[in-house]
Amino acid sequence: MRRFVYVARAVAWRSIHNTLANPAILLPSLIFPLFFLAAFAGGLSKVAEVPNFHYAPGYTAFQFAFVFLQSAAFGGVFTGFAIARDFDSGFARRLLLTAPRRSGIIAGYAVGALGRWLLTATVITVAALLAGMDVVGNGGELVGIVGLGVGMNLVAALWACGVAMFLRTEQAGALIQMPVFVVLFLAPVYVPLNLLSGWIHTVARINPATAALEAARGLLAGSPVKVALAFALLAGGALITAAWARRGLASAERAG
Amino acid sequence: MSSTSGRPALAGAGSLAAAPALRSPSLFEQVGAIARRSVVRTFRQRALLVFPLLFPLILFAINGSALSAARKIPGFPDVSYRDFALAVPFLQGALFVAITAGTDLARDIQSGFFDRLALTPLRGSALLAGQLGGAVVVACVQSLVYLFVGIASGVGIASGFGGALVLLALSILIAFGFAGLGSLLALRFGTGEAVQGFFPLLFVTVFLSSSSLPRNLIKTDWFKEVATYNPVSYLIEGIRSLIITGWDGEALALGFGFALALSVLTLGFAGAAMKNRLVRT
Repeated sequence: MRRFVYVARAVAWRSIHNTLANPAILLPSLIFPLFFLAAFAGGLSKVAEVPNFHYAPGYTAFQFAFVFLQSAAFGGVFTGFAIARDFDSGFARRLLLTAPRRSGIIAGYAVGALGRWLLTATVITVAALLAGMDVVGNGGELVGIVGLGVGMNLVAALWACGVAMFLRTEQAGALIQMPVFVVLFLAPVYVPLNLLSGWIHTVARINPATAALEAARGLLAGSPVKVALAFALLAGGALITAAWARRGLASAERAG
Repeated sequence: MSSTSGRPALAGAGSLAAAPALRSPSLFEQVGAIARRSVVRTFRQRALLVFPLLFPLILFAINGSALSAARKIPGFPDVSYRDFALAVPFLQGALFVAITAGTDLARDIQSGFFDRLALTPLRGSALLAGQLGGAVVVACVQSLVYLFVGIASGVGIASGFGGALVLLALSILIAFGFAGLGSLLALRFGTGEAVQGFFPLLFVTVFLSSSSLPRNLIKTDWFKEVATYNPVSYLIEGIRSLIITGWDGEALALGFGFALALSVLTLGFAGAAMKNRLVRT
């Protein structure tokens, strides 16, 4: 266990240090969610006038919940890019040779993804509050939203870690990001689920990301819905993607 | 850049390499040789082709359905949201063309191929125009695919068959302008990483435009202001007018005007950057 923690801590520190020290890595992960927040909350605020759209805290808060979870997922995705870059540069292979407990590498990258996202989450929360976002939920409910973000970040980071370790090239970027992007956007992003119609309603209804999004919106509005379901789905997702990441690591070990 | 070296003008550049050694290739031949290489290289990188093609279509499919409720906003044009949204993939595709064109040129600079070309009698303008050949072909393919997918998904083109042809012409001109921008970035910075680093910034220009709602329905003042000053709004509205309105002279004039201005400006600056780089070489 001590060796696991030792490796995880070293990898996490390096991951966070690289993010903070390199503006080219840090800025996209900060700027992208901010622009999504501006584009959705600002550009689409008229959508709140669609008949039967009821969300007490307003459209900025409605979109904040999505952008918050999206930034969590993309914190994991960006970490996947960094892992792929480590393989391209040869660093990851040296890491595999020297790490006394290799599963600690996955944990380290996951902690690094969490550290990266916490910074982004702080920035977009401040931006949303400055933009006049109304928060109705109490302290406990807001902690619940952060918990949902942590779960989302973990699932995405483990997914990205697995893909990056299986493919071991920066060209894996599209494959890391596309499924995450598509799953998130197949949730009720712009309007509540009941206002969607056609195939998108069917898909959104069975999409696991929908539960997390609705739970986050409910917590923000002070009227929690589907919270237990959302956490259960995220926990299940984390278990599956952890197994996926472990297999990716095994593949990288075999490749040498 | 003398043309009397007597060496093959472009080693490894297809038919031009086999040209008579003493005949100086015409500008057209020079452009053709570089363009052919650019096209072949672009189509060999299938992974780079598929993602730019699919990504805008996926967003179109999702947003076209997910935002269909926006039709109920008072004042929204009397068309389906899918009709309204079809213009956006053309713009997103053009952004990908910019990045592909810029990254390819940057790779030539980084690998030293550009320096070797600079030692041949090839003119700088031919090199730039040829490099954009691959980008234009990709733009043609993308535009056709977006149009066919749109029509197949039930979008009607209000301006008819002629309007569809004008739409293709406008979208290719827009892509050409953005490809010029990609080339300019490659020539100025010389690395593919720098070119790709600009992608989020370019992508944001689409978000901060009238891509999701008509400008008169944007409620937030600052956003409306930004969208009004953002040329991308007029590029999108030019394409959109052909799909949902019919023949709208003002929207088309603005769309073609901004697309032409983008092409002239980016190619002008890229040409200057090319000369600068050739001098440094």
